[in-house]
Amino acid sequence: MSAREAILRRIRSATLGPDGRSAGERAGDEQRKAGVRARLETAPRGVIPARGQLPRAERVALFEEMASAASATIARLSSYEEVAAEVSNYLRERNLPAAIRMGEDGRLARVPWAREKTLDVRKGPSEGTDLVGVSHAFAAIAETGSVVLHSGADNPTTLNFLPEHHVVIVDADAIAGDMESVWSALRNETDRENLAGGRSAGGGQDAAKMPRTVNVITGPSRSGDIEQTILLGAHGPRALHLIIVDT
Amino acid sequence: MELSSHKFKEQAGRALGNAQLQKALLNVEKGFVAKRQLAVDALPEFDALRDNARDIKNHVLAHLDLYLEAYEKKVVASGGVVHWAETAEDARRIVLEICRKANARTVTKGKSMITEEIALNDHLTANGIEPVETDLGEYIIQLRGEHPSHIIAPAVHLNKSQVEGDFRRVHTHLREDRDLSEPVSLLGEARDVLRQRYLSADVGITGANFLVAETGSSVIVTNEGNGDLTQTLGKVHIVMASIEKIVPTLEDTAQILRVLARSATGQDMSVYTTFSTGPRRADDPDGPEEYHVVLLDNGRSSMLGTEYQDMLRCIRCGACMNHCPVYHAVGGHAYGSVYPGPMGAVLTPSLNGIEKTGQLPNASTFCGRCESVCPMRIPLPKMMRHWREREFERHLTPAAQRYGLKFWAFFARRPRLYRAAVAVAMPILARFGGSKRRFSHLPLAGGWTRHRDLPAPEGKTFVQQWQQRGHRRSEVAQ
Repeated sequence: MSAREAILRRIRSATLGPDGRSAGERAGDEQRKAGVRARLETAPRGVIPARGQLPRAERVALFEEMASAASATIARLSSYEEVAAEVSNYLRERNLPAAIRMGEDGRLARVPWAREKTLDVRKGPSEGTDLVGVSHAFAAIAETGSVVLHSGADNPTTLNFLPEHHVVIVDADAIAGDMESVWSALRNETDRENLAGGRSAGGGQDAAKMPRTVNVITGPSRSGDIEQTILLGAHGPRALHLIIVDT
Repeated sequence: MELSSHKFKEQAGRALGNAQLQKALLNVEKGFVAKRQLAVDALPEFDALRDNARDIKNHVLAHLDLYLEAYEKKVVASGGVVHWAETAEDARRIVLEICRKANARTVTKGKSMITEEIALNDHLTANGIEPVETDLGEYIIQLRGEHPSHIIAPAVHLNKSQVEGDFRRVHTHLREDRDLSEPVSLLGEARDVLRQRYLSADVGITGANFLVAETGSSVIVTNEGNGDLTQTLGKVHIVMASIEKIVPTLEDTAQILRVLARSATGQDMSVYTTFSTGPRRADDPDGPEEYHVVLLDNGRSSMLGTEYQDMLRCIRCGACMNHCPVYHAVGGHAYGSVYPGPMGAVLTPSLNGIEKTGQLPNASTFCGRCESVCPMRIPLPKMMRHWREREFERHLTPAAQRYGLKFWAFFARRPRLYRAAVAVAMPILARFGGSKRRFSHLPLAGGWTRHRDLPAPEGKTFVQQWQQRGHRRSEVAQ
């Protein structure tokens, strides 16, 4: 008997009784299976805190408040036109060289980078030598001040972790109240490409279509491992700068 | 690590006398307790979320076979490989095989308690593969050849001067006259040293806080970002997870995440919560080429259907030990097991047998703080009491304690005799208590009086007081 079978058999005998194969128990087993399928299909939402259900204006304000509390810095702009100047400004204020690295994300391409004549914009994943990475968030969560980024052809995950400074652009419209709403949005995004594997019956045959990596990021990296004193800048970015764009 | 829980009393005694450790342990209360309370008070729905988190895990445990199968299908569909390990030995063998296939010389590791449980580092080292711990606390204790003394703050037993000493001893390529007096410079040095290790590692091993059946994703929750660098930069990502880490859906994960960080560090959300699903996709510019999950049982399936099943709801936040007066007094190493504190006192006997670990369920004052802060509402004191019962049934309790209990039970079953005996004994004891009304020495109770005085009985017995109260109450009622 394989390890897999042995483990599953022990679990079943604990759940159904040592030889849980009587007719009644088999019927019970069908019920269990139906229960699991239903749960995976409907993915019921549990308790959503009131602060995760605010109307738009308050939601964006809460996002700013929570992200600041998590030590992120924030700029709010009224259009993509202003983003390049804001990034240049961020670099200047911190005496950083005028160089950034970013993915090929189409939303980043809307930024008029060329207007910043001295800014060196490199594309592609980081190999650990870049001081500043720029990303576009898929969504954000007001309840906790988090940004949500996912991997894909145009969004290298290394940019979220290797640079010293991480600049994340997020559309005000993409700020959700709670994490549950982000999962709905992700399913809708993936649904468009028939990526609903996760929604078909539990353990269905369709490929799972979550992106390889979904990063929920709340503030810059930190550690409290020396005398339980929290210090910013552990292994990930030392600073997280969020640019909210009202579109 | 070698289990030494049977020496708890001895080890606790040494811990109490260790001034350096006692100083470091003050950071447990300072670093965790008030912060948790602030975070909890700021979320009115916290208790409702705890209830739901408990219900989610109970549902999973009642359907664990089905969810494991559903999860496995999704991992495979996303290009990952699932390995099942019944024992620690099986898990070690599987991980070594994956590393060998990848021709790995160096393996970076995110923080993972079950790799401690299966003693993975020793096994890799013995087979010529170098494991590098990347969580700052884990890195420090690896340099010292120690084991974690806390499940989320592995180096909480150390002071910064000890860390400085270790860094100077090991990082000999750096200038000797560098300033390491502040924690921030220690952190910076570890960051620089480990950065090189991430970039040159062949395999990255992480644990998992959750396995999501709906999507086949593994989830890690960290503050440092070390787990993410570990799993993104290696050619191979190995997830070590025990079977009870399953949650049904992404929504369920979101529910439990709300109680996890608040209970652990008092944050609303940890810095990095990362969902990983399979290896890098065809057009992904980075990420690991292979993705393996090792599902470890190691005694857990045998806890299902027993009075210890609720323990499988544990999400390893550490709140129980952060609030435990015994843990505050002696720290994690005294427990002599991978998992310390109240959760360890229940889990360790379940995984290793009560014969070797009987002192752990007794390392409790039953004050109940652990249960009152547990985000998953695990009845830890009740389960410790069950272990004490098992111990007693199997004649593992010390003889003096057994006879003492028998002696007491004889009277307890004969209430009149009990009351008569107490009525005689109380005034005598009260008299011998002297003017201080305390005993600093008592025959047969040396274990108690060595560390504190026993108060002498005063006034009336409980039963007498109760009867009087009842009398008064009925007068009021009239």
